[in-house]
Amino acid sequence: MTKTPLQFRHNGRDVALFVDGGVNLLVALREGIGDMTPKFGCGQGGCGACSVLIDGELHLSCLTLAEAANGRSIQTLDGLKDGPNLHPLQRAFMEQFAAQCGYCTPGMLMAAKALLDRNPSPTRAEVVEAISGNICRCTGYEPIINAVLAAASGGRARA
Amino acid sequence: MARHRGRGIASINYPIGMNLGGDPSQALVHSNPSGKFTVALSSIDLGQGMKSVTRQICAETLGVPVEDVYVDTADSDTGPHCMGSFASRGTHRVGNAVMAAAKEARGVMMEAAAEELEVNAADLDTDGRGNIHVKGAPHRSISTKEVAIAAQFKQGKTISGRGIFLVPLSEVNPETGEMSPATCYAHACLVAEVEVDDETGEVAMVRMDSAYELGRALNPRLVEQQLVGGAWMGVSHALFETPEPYYPDPSHGPRDFVEYLMPGPGDICPHDIAVLERPAADGPFGAKGPGEMCANPVLPAVANAIFNAVGVRMDELPITPEKVLRAIKAQGGARPQARR
Repeated sequence: MTKTPLQFRHNGRDVALFVDGGVNLLVALREGIGDMTPKFGCGQGGCGACSVLIDGELHLSCLTLAEAANGRSIQTLDGLKDGPNLHPLQRAFMEQFAAQCGYCTPGMLMAAKALLDRNPSPTRAEVVEAISGNICRCTGYEPIINAVLAAASGGRARA
Repeated sequence: MARHRGRGIASINYPIGMNLGGDPSQALVHSNPSGKFTVALSSIDLGQGMKSVTRQICAETLGVPVEDVYVDTADSDTGPHCMGSFASRGTHRVGNAVMAAAKEARGVMMEAAAEELEVNAADLDTDGRGNIHVKGAPHRSISTKEVAIAAQFKQGKTISGRGIFLVPLSEVNPETGEMSPATCYAHACLVAEVEVDDETGEVAMVRMDSAYELGRALNPRLVEQQLVGGAWMGVSHALFETPEPYYPDPSHGPRDFVEYLMPGPGDICPHDIAVLERPAADGPFGAKGPGEMCANPVLPAVANAIFNAVGVRMDELPITPEKVLRAIKAQGGARPQARR
């Protein structure tokens, strides 16, 4: 099959690779450049485990054609921490026990980052709305919601 | 057409582990020359915290800092045998095995330290910070690292221990079928409040209040985490998850998370949990374990709450809107029961 050349920014670094036509961004990230942080959950846009940011907007990488990422900036969980320093969201997830098996966590963190980037002090309802495309089996969501609220600016959330 | 509130209660006794073939688990503990300890298990941690809690149990038994213990799990080719992570048995069965292994390893560690300090091992104690000292004379001490190095390179000792926990197999009485399947039981009680829409058959969770008695909570935050999340597995089982009804046959059933429903973040409700600790005589440091019990009382409590709300007795899971509507129709409309 003919390969398509592809270039995009991946967590602030330029990457170039060849992909098969019709391949989705999730496969390009995981198998093409070895970023295993976006997870394959359902492959149908039903679970949110593959969530990434494209030019700052939340997208399901399993439903995004890899070619659509050409020339764009992709952010994944792999780029969330700053060197050895965890992102405030990651710290909050840890402190609030917001992960058990951890499979939904990368998607939850990216959905939460997309929210906090545009709305630094969300209400509880806004947090619920922001992660409503993400399924979690273990936590019952409550600790995740609390973690996002704790990570929000100043740790103070409006009711 | 209206929405009806209802409240239901359920209480459970939950056996910890089972007794098929005695339900054994093994653990091996050994020190590295660095003075750190490795626990080898075949038991699986699927997020419930088995690694954390066995690490705590090992460190506490050895008398070393928890940072000095590494738990290596989940390779049944190289690890000692374990029956598995199910039946809420992890903390109790594996914990007991780790405790036994750590006790044996501690014995060797103290012997090795005694040889270095030229004292009797019975006169030594650990400080929990990585040192072993003579009782009543804390200045006469040696670090676990120095002991490990001496054991490895000078004394030719392996600071290691083996542990197994085996419940005696319970015979079944051929006349009555009576047997004793477990050595200890955890308990729970949960009150669920729901709102039932008699037009759509939908059941919404309003709140939950629960009490769980699970022996000593070795890691209270992990216990709380399991109880909070596990309750929603119960709700999911009670109200959402089913491969049916899909017509005309199961090949039309759900294939992914779009069709196989589970609660989302918008479906959750407040849940107040009280954890009661009654240490189990045969549990590691008195622990039983939360495990499956997190989800169990939710199902009958929700079914009872639905009866309280609209007067229909649902006896098949999950209690989908379709089933609720059919039942309400069959009895000629919603019949809210008395609120208690």
